[in-house]
Amino acid sequence: MTLVVDDLRTYYRTLAGDVRAVDGASFTLDDGEIMGLAGESGCGKSTLAKALIRLDTRMRYIGGHVVLDGVELPIWDDRLMNERRFRDVSIVPQYAMSAMTPTRKIGRMIRELLESRGVDAHALEPELQRRLELVGLQPSVLSLYPIELSGGMKQRVVMVISTLLDPSLLIADEITSALDVSTQKAVAETLVEFRDRGFVKSVIVITHDLSILAQIADSILVMYAGKLVEKGPTSAIVDEPLHPYSRLLISSLPEVGVRYDEQKLAGIPGRPPQLLDPPRGCRFHDRCPLATERCAKDPPFVRAGEDGRFVACWEAPC
Amino acid sequence: MTTAPVAGPADSAPPSVPAAAKQLTTTQETLYFALRNRKLVFGASVTIALLAFAIVGPLIARHGPLDYTGHLSWAPTTRYGHWFGTTLLGQDVFAQFATGLRLAFLVGVVGGGIAAVIAMLIGFTAGYRGGALDEFLNMITNIVLVIPTFALLLVIAAYLQVRSVLVEAVLIGITSWPWAARAVRAQTFSLVSRDFVDMARLSGRSQMQIIFTEIAPNMSSYLFMMFILLFGGAVLIAATLDFIGLGPSGTISLGMMMQLSVQNAALQLHLWWWFLPPGIAIAMLVGSLYVMNVGLDEVFNPKLREM
Amino acid sequence: MLTLRDVSKTYRVGAFGGGSLRAIDEVSFDVHPGEVVSLIGESGSGKTTIGRMILRLISVSSGRIELDATDISTLHGDNLTAYYRRVQGVFQDPFSSFNPIFKADRVFRMMRDTYHRNLPADEWHARLENALQDVALNPRDVLGKYPHQLSGGQLQRLLVARALLLDIEYLVADEIISMLDASTRIDVLNLLGDLKQRGLGIVFITHDLSLGNYISDATVILRRGSIVEMGETAKVFGDPRHPYTRMLLAAVPQLHTKWAADDGDAAALENGATALVEVDAGHLAAI
Repeated sequence: MTLVVDDLRTYYRTLAGDVRAVDGASFTLDDGEIMGLAGESGCGKSTLAKALIRLDTRMRYIGGHVVLDGVELPIWDDRLMNERRFRDVSIVPQYAMSAMTPTRKIGRMIRELLESRGVDAHALEPELQRRLELVGLQPSVLSLYPIELSGGMKQRVVMVISTLLDPSLLIADEITSALDVSTQKAVAETLVEFRDRGFVKSVIVITHDLSILAQIADSILVMYAGKLVEKGPTSAIVDEPLHPYSRLLISSLPEVGVRYDEQKLAGIPGRPPQLLDPPRGCRFHDRCPLATERCAKDPPFVRAGEDGRFVACWEAPC
Repeated sequence: MTTAPVAGPADSAPPSVPAAAKQLTTTQETLYFALRNRKLVFGASVTIALLAFAIVGPLIARHGPLDYTGHLSWAPTTRYGHWFGTTLLGQDVFAQFATGLRLAFLVGVVGGGIAAVIAMLIGFTAGYRGGALDEFLNMITNIVLVIPTFALLLVIAAYLQVRSVLVEAVLIGITSWPWAARAVRAQTFSLVSRDFVDMARLSGRSQMQIIFTEIAPNMSSYLFMMFILLFGGAVLIAATLDFIGLGPSGTISLGMMMQLSVQNAALQLHLWWWFLPPGIAIAMLVGSLYVMNVGLDEVFNPKLREM
Repeated sequence: MLTLRDVSKTYRVGAFGGGSLRAIDEVSFDVHPGEVVSLIGESGSGKTTIGRMILRLISVSSGRIELDATDISTLHGDNLTAYYRRVQGVFQDPFSSFNPIFKADRVFRMMRDTYHRNLPADEWHARLENALQDVALNPRDVLGKYPHQLSGGQLQRLLVARALLLDIEYLVADEIISMLDASTRIDVLNLLGDLKQRGLGIVFITHDLSLGNYISDATVILRRGSIVEMGETAKVFGDPRHPYTRMLLAAVPQLHTKWAADDGDAAALENGATALVEVDAGHLAAI
């Protein structure tokens, strides 16, 4: 098992109280597995990802364990976590491609980044160039400013940098969202290639776009309102989703070929609950077509199957 | 001109406190943070205290600021109400100080106010219209910026035989606006690109209406802070002008007090009560305004607030 | 009918405005009442520019935009206001479309001040209620609230309701659902479908081909400011002729089909801009 997450809880401090953004997440990730973390805005997927690498100081670690390659990640301590970041766990944050210092050439930025981590930039240079070529970028890109690169090129540069030290776990947060459809494909395929070549062992891909996950992910984990609702192999989730939320979500996606006149798709009425004082029972119960009284009162039972598959629902079919 | 497909629903910000939980309006929330901000409270208190002094002072002074009392170089005492002592020439320092303070506020409001109005006119127009008009207004701004203001004020002040405080304030006002105009222009630029401006256009609003009903209110905190800075700047420039002898005729200001005290060797004669009060007052007034401004920035900008 | 005839847009660039950039190159298409036309393209294709030209937020460099045979590209003042009675727009970012310091329903008041000033109060409220009902919003949920208290989906619907207050004939919808969650997207999209059935003509600008396919009757594929293919949606999607259209369709991620292994004919894309030829009835491509 590369990654084992056990009952992870992370809240945000606010004036009005704690917002329970991630409330008891447990899942495992195998070596070489690309897992998609899907959900809509506010579900906590970015929070979960950032908690794994302790990147956001507004979050408060409440409890739970994260074990990577048999060693626990000290995600409650920023200084201790600093040793592990970039080496064992790495992240491509959302909007990373817009976050490169505009007045530094790419090569210099990378050098400074590596040196700040105590890595010999000079020794790594040939490998850096090799990887840039692998993703279809000329090594000359190192002497350009970020503004001279297109969105797709920047995203690929960021991916190369994040994986330079061959981390065990890579977290990719919305890496395809701001890109054109043709570049999206290139970037998504690059991610798979990184895994295939061993630059990273496992990847968590965070996105709201299930169709991208259908293309590159081995498994999909669906989140709703701070809770994990379903996990399973991609084909299972896409073809036979068990949780009512996953079902409704999948059926609300228009595929090329579906037309309004012929088959009107339906969305999910209502809004997710606010996480300041979330409902005691299932958090989806007020929007769920299968909800019963038990769903409103008791937190849903997590039914585990084979292949790491699980569903958190009272009423899901077996 | 080009839009990249946008990054989907924004997810990286922490979930915000929903409205139902705490029903504070924006004004109440601002006040809550305002009263808790030490810099703002400190700066505002000092400014208000000085203002109170400026209003009440001249009323309780026992002498006029320019009266020759015949009591020469007295140290501060309670006799004859010379709480701040007298000058070498026998004038009451307290009366002068109180009058000077009043004038400082007057110059600040008028000078700062005029500069603010010009800055807004030019800044809004340049920022909203852009193009050739913006280039032209930029040129004007740059010209006024590089004119040696001081030399200009010296020449004008020397040319006018009789100078009033108002004239001094106006002169300061029409020369100190360029940086503020630039700031307003930059803010306007960033707001104009927001879609609600286009929505206003699609609702049939005219350009003027949009500037005054959509853009300016959005910048109100910024404009307020800008006015405070212009106010402080005007007080400083006036004090400097007065110090080199170009002050208003027929009255006395803080800068003039300092000028006279230096001219009459107050430092060497140890007449500290003559030059210390005006100097400290100017420093306190301008300093407290700037401190207030920093505090205001924290209050208005939620990202700077401590949690 | 809304018509664009050889519309072009050129920007002056360079230090002293010496160079020029042709952002839109002789684009022509029609929108009929009750028809949804999708403008599909990637970034830099010019689709948003075209939408803004139709809304007269950007000037037209050359060519004509006609509403029922009247050239609208040079309207000003009251004539422009009258044009906005018939054509309105909704943009991509719901939170940018509202002035954050005012309540959200101020947008309705703005419309009232300009267009329905003499309407008695109860008639106005009736109109408002109807418009909100048409977009499936409960007045109690949305009136009197600030934008940050509402969700993106609610805000976008409010903007559609705002447009409906005027009995408009055409709506320019510029990526209106890209910033919404998947579960709300489809509802807003269905709303557009309902409005189409009631006779509204819609220019649906998007980069997402599956959305275009779902809702539109006609599709225009844009690349770098020119049309590369256009026609009935079923034909453009079912029988794409231009290499760019084919590449786009091949790159769209689908739930139940994997991406094709090869990347298509990238070389064919670099043929220079060519004129549109009719490859089929109601189907043109620049090949």
